[in-house]
Amino acid sequence: MYAITVDKLTKQFNGFVAVDHISFTVNAGELFGVLGPNGAGKTTTINLLSTLLKPTSGYAEVAGHNVSKDKDNVRRNIGIVFQEPALDDKLTGKENLEFHAMMYGMNKADRRKRIKEVLELVELTDKANVLVEKYSGGMKRRLEIARGLIHKPEVLFLDEPTLGLDAQTRRHVWNYIKILNKEHNVTIILTTHYMEEADYLCDRIGIIDHGKIIALDTSANLKDLLGGDVVSLEIEGDGEELMTHLKELRWVKAIKKHDRTLHLTMEKGERRIPELISIAHKLGITVLSVNLREPSLEDVFLHFTGKTMREKEASQRERSREMARRRRGR
Amino acid sequence: MINGTAIYVLWLREMKRFVRAKSRVIGMLAMPLFFLAFLGLGFTGMAIPGMPSNVDYIHFLVPGIIGMAMLFSSTFAGISVLWDREFGFLKEIMVAPVDRISIVLGRIAGGSTTAVIQGILVLGISVLMGFKIAGILSFFLSIIFMLLIAITFIGLGLIFASIMRDIQGFGLIMNIIIFPLFFLSGALFPLENLPPWVRYISYLDPLTYGVDGLRSVLIGVSSFSVAFNSIILTGCALVMVLLGAYFFEKSESV
Repeated sequence: MYAITVDKLTKQFNGFVAVDHISFTVNAGELFGVLGPNGAGKTTTINLLSTLLKPTSGYAEVAGHNVSKDKDNVRRNIGIVFQEPALDDKLTGKENLEFHAMMYGMNKADRRKRIKEVLELVELTDKANVLVEKYSGGMKRRLEIARGLIHKPEVLFLDEPTLGLDAQTRRHVWNYIKILNKEHNVTIILTTHYMEEADYLCDRIGIIDHGKIIALDTSANLKDLLGGDVVSLEIEGDGEELMTHLKELRWVKAIKKHDRTLHLTMEKGERRIPELISIAHKLGITVLSVNLREPSLEDVFLHFTGKTMREKEASQRERSREMARRRRGR
Repeated sequence: MINGTAIYVLWLREMKRFVRAKSRVIGMLAMPLFFLAFLGLGFTGMAIPGMPSNVDYIHFLVPGIIGMAMLFSSTFAGISVLWDREFGFLKEIMVAPVDRISIVLGRIAGGSTTAVIQGILVLGISVLMGFKIAGILSFFLSIIFMLLIAITFIGLGLIFASIMRDIQGFGLIMNIIIFPLFFLSGALFPLENLPPWVRYISYLDPLTYGVDGLRSVLIGVSSFSVAFNSIILTGCALVMVLLGAYFFEKSESV
């Protein structure tokens, strides 16, 4: 049973392709992550699935309902926490929740019970009657999570749920997300550009870049794709020459050069390091530092896109701007 | 289709915000009151061509200033969708399982209530300044006209809010649309004074019929009959609401 089915879903803004023929499914009860740099199309994907945007083409079904044809039933069955706060500052926390519960047609007894429950879950009971404009960023985010849950949605969308939060609050929010998913059986789809967040929380991760899903699997399987450990050599000298030599070794599964550092993938990396250094030495290349680690999602990202997430962020800032311009019709 | 609970909760939100935003209310009341005080005092006793001889200027002016207060507060209430978009709350509204018509009706209910409250406040202050209302029936009829003006211009505000993507065009709208609507409506002087071609343009301004209607029910002086004014204004209100709802429905919320 799929909670979400997406088939060749596409969104263009005046010819600019923000989401490009993506297809994936999310199982009921799964915690699914969409990982990618800013401007990759994550938020647009969430907006399409939550009926806020109309797809240009393709098909998507959420909680068993078509997002283009059966919007009200989709809306009834989803909760969403937006990337930017979507609270009314001039209302208290409780009034924001009350507004939401009434918009979702809950009766008075249900409203009272659920609002009390969700406030307790996010530990905001004692701040319930304070105006939201007095809340800190972390409190606002927790209130939004509470709000997304009042009407017991089957599917919860979290768009960058910990963006801009301090480390401690982030941990806190992660805990809620785990509890919701494991204890309350809410299917969750979250977007993030934090590797460790996707790694820690998600059952499966779809990596999105330039509006396309370029890899999708569990975190462990994605890392296994790289085949073993990652050994990074920071060198001084002719990197290209060293690369050509290393490529001939059959135990080196992949090499990526990145500035002055070579990233090599191999099994039992710790036993190969001396050999690597001696090869470099013979070529007159100095190895400044060596790093051995199990592959991270960052390595997976580098493997599929040829760039680190940080570099992508920089290069895609222009893409984000372009998208905003097209949307405003300029 | 129409969701009464949603309309109620949207209305309730406007009420809470209105009660809490005292500075905004005072700001919105200040301009009409300045107009009333300075123009009323400055032109009092002056012979203004086209003015009925049995009416002094302050009595002529008060319905116009109420119309002005309604015009500004209602258009602002319609355009405030843009603020909701800017601060993200519009997404919370739009992702709820509520049909778009009810969302528009909820905003009209909230906006027209706050606008009418402001109109009544202006009227009350005018009474303190010496304005005489013909009777209790006049008062209630004037509220109906206030309501019709409010609905018309909330509709107009919604159209602007749906066409504009952000609040940067707000000042432009105010200066090239709202102020001309105000000056053309005959709020400050009799339209009979205007050259014919300007007068014809003023007949296209819904506020003309609002101000004239208010004048007829409050001081018993008008260019058109109460019935004519109310029919035209009801028609304007309907058209504006339908257009506002149409543009709002079409615009994307994120």
